[in-house]
Order: sequence, then C-alpha cells, then structure tokens
Amino acid sequence: MATETGTNRRQFIHRSLRAGLGAVGATGVGLWLASRSEHPQRVQAAASVRSYEIAVSGATPAHPALVVVSGGEPAQLADRAMKELGGMGRFVSRGDVVVLKPNIGWDRVPQQAANTNPELVKRVAELCFDAGAKKVVVTDVSCNDPRRCFQRSGIQASASKAGATVLLPEEHKFRDFRLGGELLSVWPIYTPMVEADKIINLPIVKHHNLCRATMGLKNWYGLLGGRRNQLHQNIEMGITDLANFIRPTLTILDAYRILVSNGPQGGNLDDVRTMKMLAAGTDPVAIDSFGATLLGIEAGSLQYLNVAEKRGLGKVDFTKLDMRSLKLA
Amino acid sequence: MSENDETTKGGGVGQPAAPAKPSGKGGTLRLLRRASQIVFLILFLVLFFKTEYRGESGAEMLGMDAPVSVFLEMDPLVAFATALSTHTLYGKVVFALFLVVGVILLGRFFCGWICPLGAINQIFSRFKPERKGMKRIDSNRFKPWMHAKYYVLFVMTALALFTSLQTGLLDPIPFLVRSLAAGVMPGIDYALRHALDAMYASNVGVLGWAADAGYAVLGNTVLSYKPQYFNHAVLIGAIFLFVLVMNRFITRFWCRGVCPLGAFLGLISRYAVFGIQKDHARCNNCNLCLRSCQGGCDPQGGVPLKQADCLLCFNCESVCPKGAVKFKFFPEQEAADVRPLPDLRRRRVMESVAAGVVALPLLRASLGLEKNTNSRLLRPPGSLEETEFLARCVRCGQCMKACPTNAIQPTLLEAGVEGLWTPMLVMRVGSCEYNCVQCSQVCPTGAIWKMTEAEKHGKVARPGVSGQPKPVKIGTAFYDRGRCLPWAMDIPCIVCEEFCPTSPKAIWVIEEQVQKSDGSVITVQRPRVDVDRCVGCGTCENVCPVQDRPAVYVTSIGETRSRTNQIRLESGAYK
Repeated sequence: MATETGTNRRQFIHRSLRAGLGAVGATGVGLWLASRSEHPQRVQAAASVRSYEIAVSGATPAHPALVVVSGGEPAQLADRAMKELGGMGRFVSRGDVVVLKPNIGWDRVPQQAANTNPELVKRVAELCFDAGAKKVVVTDVSCNDPRRCFQRSGIQASASKAGATVLLPEEHKFRDFRLGGELLSVWPIYTPMVEADKIINLPIVKHHNLCRATMGLKNWYGLLGGRRNQLHQNIEMGITDLANFIRPTLTILDAYRILVSNGPQGGNLDDVRTMKMLAAGTDPVAIDSFGATLLGIEAGSLQYLNVAEKRGLGKVDFTKLDMRSLKLA
Repeated sequence: MSENDETTKGGGVGQPAAPAKPSGKGGTLRLLRRASQIVFLILFLVLFFKTEYRGESGAEMLGMDAPVSVFLEMDPLVAFATALSTHTLYGKVVFALFLVVGVILLGRFFCGWICPLGAINQIFSRFKPERKGMKRIDSNRFKPWMHAKYYVLFVMTALALFTSLQTGLLDPIPFLVRSLAAGVMPGIDYALRHALDAMYASNVGVLGWAADAGYAVLGNTVLSYKPQYFNHAVLIGAIFLFVLVMNRFITRFWCRGVCPLGAFLGLISRYAVFGIQKDHARCNNCNLCLRSCQGGCDPQGGVPLKQADCLLCFNCESVCPKGAVKFKFFPEQEAADVRPLPDLRRRRVMESVAAGVVALPLLRASLGLEKNTNSRLLRPPGSLEETEFLARCVRCGQCMKACPTNAIQPTLLEAGVEGLWTPMLVMRVGSCEYNCVQCSQVCPTGAIWKMTEAEKHGKVARPGVSGQPKPVKIGTAFYDRGRCLPWAMDIPCIVCEEFCPTSPKAIWVIEEQVQKSDGSVITVQRPRVDVDRCVGCGTCENVCPVQDRPAVYVTSIGETRSRTNQIRLESGAYK
C-alpha cells in the first residue's frame, strides 16, 4: 500500500520489474522482427516434367503410333481407333484415376465446333471405365464462364451420363507449380488436372489466327490459371513449355467437326466443316501435325510444332511414323 | 415474474410464455406470425442464393431455375413507385396487387408477417438490447420522430412523379437484396474462403478434409461460384450493419422511423377492417403490451392506438393478462380510441413534397442524366434509354448478383448523384458474356428489359424496336495504339482477337512488316475494330495483357439504348 510519503520498497521493486520486463520484451520482439526483414523472394524453378506416358517398347509392330479413322459417328470412331491402338486396356490400368482433358473453352454448342465433341468425351470415358478405371475426371479451365461452357458444350451432360466426375474449375484448387520452362517458370495450375494416374488429351481441330491452328499441344493452356493472356507474346515457347511439362498418356484428336476460320471461338456454322474423322496416338506432335493438314496447313509449316520437335517432344513428319488410316463403312 | 427476465428478450420473437397467460387466439396467432416470418425469411435467402447460374439447368437458355426476383416483384412500393414514374407495371410486378389489396383490407401484415428485413430487424431487436426494463417500455411508446418515414415516402413519391425513382435506396426489399448482394455476402464469402484456404494451407490432413467438406457444402449454396468484388462494398455493407445495430437501441428502428414501404402500407391501411380493439376499463397499466410491441403503435390503455404503425405482430394481445387488447374484425373503436392516420402536420407534408419537387431539378442540373461526361458508364445489355432507365431501376443489385463475370458494379457518382448504386459494367473486373442474358432475366422492373439470347444477338427483333434486327450494343471498343503490344512494341499478341465473340469477329488484324530496333524485319498482326460488328461486350478489354490500363477499352458510344450517343449516322437519332 502506498503510504503518505509515497511508494514502499515492495511496490517499487514490483513496478520496476514489470516495467523493465515490458521494455526488454518490446525491444526483443522489435529486434527479432527487424532481423527477419528481407525483400520478398520470387520462387524460381528448375525444369520439371510430369509424365503420364505408358512404357512403349522400342518397336511394337502390333500397335501403330498414329491411327486416323474416318467415316463414322464420334463413338464409333473412338472405338475403332482404340481397337487399332491395342484397346484402352493398354493405356488404362485397373484402379487408375484418369483425367480427360477436352477443350471446353467456349460458351458454344457442339455444332459450332469450338469445343470437343461431347459424344466423343462420353465414349472415351466409358472406354476408360471398361478398362477398369476407378475414376474418370473430365475438366478444363475455360475461357468463357466455365458454368456456361460446360453446360452449353454438352460435355457436362454427356460425361456425367458415362459416370465421369465433371469438375468445374474452382479458384481455391489452383496451386503454383514449378514448370521450369524456357518461358514459363512458375504458374498456377488447376491441381485436379494433374492429380491422376493417366491423362488423356482430347482436343479438337480449330483455326487460330495467331498460331494458325490449335489442337493438342495448345489444349494444355487449359491447365493454367493466372495471366494466360500473356502467353501470346511468345506462343511457340509457351505451347512447347507446357507440352514439355505435361506428357499425356494418349492424345485423341476430335476432327468430327472442325473449325476452319474465326477460330478458336467460332460461332458461325459457315466456319464449320464436318469431317467425321478422329486421330489418336501417343506422339502429340505427330497428331497435331496431321490435324493441321485438315486445315490445309502442310506438315512442317507450323512453327510451334517445329520447336516442339526440336525439344524432343515428337515427330512433325507423321508420314514417317507407323501410321494407320481407316475408313469405316 | 422478474422484469428483466422478459425484457432481455425484449422484442417479440422469443417471448416466454410464463409471465402472462397467453389468451388462446393471440398466442396462436403470435406463433403463426413467427412461423410465417421464419418461412418467408428462409424463402427469401434461398432465392437470394439461387440468384446465380450454377450450371445445373440444361435448357436452351442458361439461367436461374427459380423465380429469384419474386420478393422484389411483390413489393408494393416497387409497384407504386414505378407506376408513378412509368405509368405502367412491368412484368410480374402486377402481383404486388395481392399485397396491396391485402394490406388495404387487413393492415400492415406484410411488415409483421412477411418482410424479410422486418424479420431480421425483429431478431436483432431481441439480441442483447441496450435498453431494458422501464427504458425499454418507454422506448416502445409512439414517438413523433417515427413520422420521418412518411416524409421519406413523400419526398420519394414526388421524385417518382417526375420520373426520378429513388425509392429503391430505402425500400426494404431492394435495400436488403443490394446490401446482401453487393456488400455483406461478398464479405462473408471472402472470410469463409480464406478460412477454408488457410485450413488447406495448414497441410494437416483433418483440416484439409474439413476444408474439402466445407467447400462441398458451402460451395453450391452460400458461396458464389467465384468470389465477387464490388465497388465500395464496404459502404453498402456498413449501412446495413448500422441498421442492424440500431435495433439494440430502438426495436425495429428501421421499420418505425425510416421505411418508406411501411409508411406507404400504413397509409393505405386507413380503412382496414381488422385491428386492435382496446378495453380501457380493463387495462391495469401493467405495460406488458408495450414491452413487447414491435411497431410502436401504443396498444396500451388510456391512449389512442396509432393504427398506421401496428404491424399485426399480436404480441400485445398474447401478453395482456386482462384481455384488454384484442384483435378483431371490425373492431369497435371510439374516435378517441384510435388514430387511423398518422398525426402528420399538414405543413410538414407540404414541405416534404416540396423537398422532392425541388430536389428533382437540382439532381438533373447535376452532371448525370442530361449531361454526362463519363464515357465509361456502360449499362448492362438491354438497358433502356437513360431517362427510362432511371425511372425504373430500384438499385436492388439483382443484376450484380446474377452477373457470371462480376462485371456489373454499383455506381457511386458515375451516373450522377441521381444514379447512385445503379448498375454499370466494369470490364476490367469482368466482361459481358456474349450468350448471357441473366441480368435482363432477373431485373424486376424492366430497367434492363427482359430479352432472349436471339434478341441480344439480333437474330430476332426485340419488342418495340422496328426495322432490321440488330445485335444489342453496350458500347464500342477502341485501341490505344500507344499501349497495344503489336502497335507500340511490335510484339505479337492479339488475345483480343481470339476472344472477340462476334462472328465474324469485330476485331480483325492486318499483317504488317515492321523494322525492329535492332534492324531486323518481322511481321506482326495489328488489331483493329470494325465499329459496325462490335457489340461493346468488353471481352477484349478484359483479356488485354496490358493490365493496368488496357490497350483496348470500351466506351459507351454506339450503345443501342441511346439515340444520340452514336458515332454512325446510320444508327443514330436522325436516321
């Protein structure tokens, strides 16, 4: 208790101790925080590859590298192509989680040929289940509002009917991945796309004003979040960096309907040609190179495919491969 | 019976039955009233959260799968005010007549039984009220400041007569929808997402699993598909929170003092055949009725009832121990027992009408409607010409909630003071999806006139528009060649061209040979806009990689709704 003359000894010691502790504590915390201060670092990444490829022995004469089927409905084309390639069981094992990556970029109906054909997606999902897949995920990071794209493309309905899990991209499921490419170092990627045992790329053949044609390799833009709009500035490098990062198990190229101008979004039925074709195989570059010929682009004249070949991602000259062309009755 | 026991419950929702034996009818009606409030509040919230296309319906037109604007369409003040400003009733607004007729016959049952903001206010009035006991009782007596709501109504009525629709600022349904859509819910959404993301980031298995479950449950219900952000959401949200907090001081502060809809309903219930009958002789002045009164209508004995302020909550009847207060059809009321109309002073009424009349030219003399310098005032597609638009828009924010890209934002001063909180597209936030007509589908008053995709694309004629059908234009895109990559820096880009949704594309390119600074010659594709094909959807602006100030941007010139804001002689007023 304070006396009339002031503080007693006990109080003096207590108050001094408390004040002293406070002062020392504040100084300590401050100095510790000051010692932590440094300029925020940006993450840099070393080259990285996510491969979902199956082991292909040097020469497997039984199975061609590239199959082109024409003259049927999407499901028939897929069935026949997979039969030629040795059946889906060659690519998908029992219990696999398979991700199908169609192009679901635009709020367009199937007839406008801006997205992958929904019947094809459905059939491929069914083939995966038949081969024993545990789960088939169908997803894409769309350009238009995804809810509208998934619905309007018909893929939401058709893939669900096959029993596939159709995932709308959600913001909280993007993570920064270290791609370590020439141009793309660290980018946000939609994680459900790569959390898989097998990945099947399901692109469609379309005109594209900047890079002339968009098919399988460019379809990997749909992995990405972030500032995709910067990728056009060096589109060859952007496309091949992605193709280098992700190596699909299989590519099935939809050419049932193709978009020959006003791509990649289209909108006008006059820009659509019905080809009733499909190409499938394990060499993504060769498939794109073939697909481009449907748009009248000669093999070897697509810059990004040449870069891809140089980076060892596949063969531009698909005629040199073991290729099988079939026409359904 | 302890005084505080009950007064801590204060309002009416949770009156304990203990202190006074509820008389049979009053008690039952009070229970019914509570059930009705809860049902309508839940219905309101369900419809609110459904005001977003989540990808379920597979119809030709992708849109809402529920009548999401029904509360706005049934709002009697929306009907009354738009009838004054447009001399019409748009779409389903005619169904507001059900409530208008009901209130004319029965009194303000809407406020006590249906209004979701009323229910929210009532719940918050009960929650830890600041005033208890005698103070609470006193605060529930009728007070002259409660007349303020009538003057608010008169000011807004006068403005509506002269085509300036301002009721939406304080009309409870638009107020509630807007506050939730563009303020409160984006805030809650932000908090929930960050909490769930932090759980993911913790890398603790259980927490990650819980976060997944959280997203699974909330993702398709409370959370919007993508987080939404709004211009000054903090202001819109803070005003709402202020209204909630005021309930702690004065039960249903908003309903008693501010609400122009309540004022309107109070006035039209002048000849209601249902109401309170007092038996002054029986009243023992215990003031139990006052303690739980919601409207502040003076149900106690010895003073006249303020009929226009009775919300038909039935609290008074159910707590009265003497049976002195009863609700009846054709109540027997002496002239001294009741004030059928509020005691408004004629002078105040004239003044408030005059205030509205004077406010109009002042609002119109401000930059906004008659002269607007804001080239970026981009109204949603299908919006009517600006005068018609301001005569209809109740600023409810339904279009903002429904917009899938978050492009529709509330204005602050972009449309002038008169246009506060009306919708405008901000293309850097989102752009107008080419095939989407959701804003026009949810607009309750036709400020954004209902249209189909085919009408938006100009494939079929829109009602009231003669001549060759044309696509609906929001504005026109322009290039800033000093910032555009191919134009200014000879760098390949044309993302704008890729995303341009019209067919044929409004953005087209010319290949040009240019010499770079190192002497090499390259070919670049340089974009241009075809002014007649451009619909002003803003997708080019949205995707332009020059993020801070895009090299291509949309201004309102050429917008379909205006006869004068045109570049081309062919599309303008004098054609």
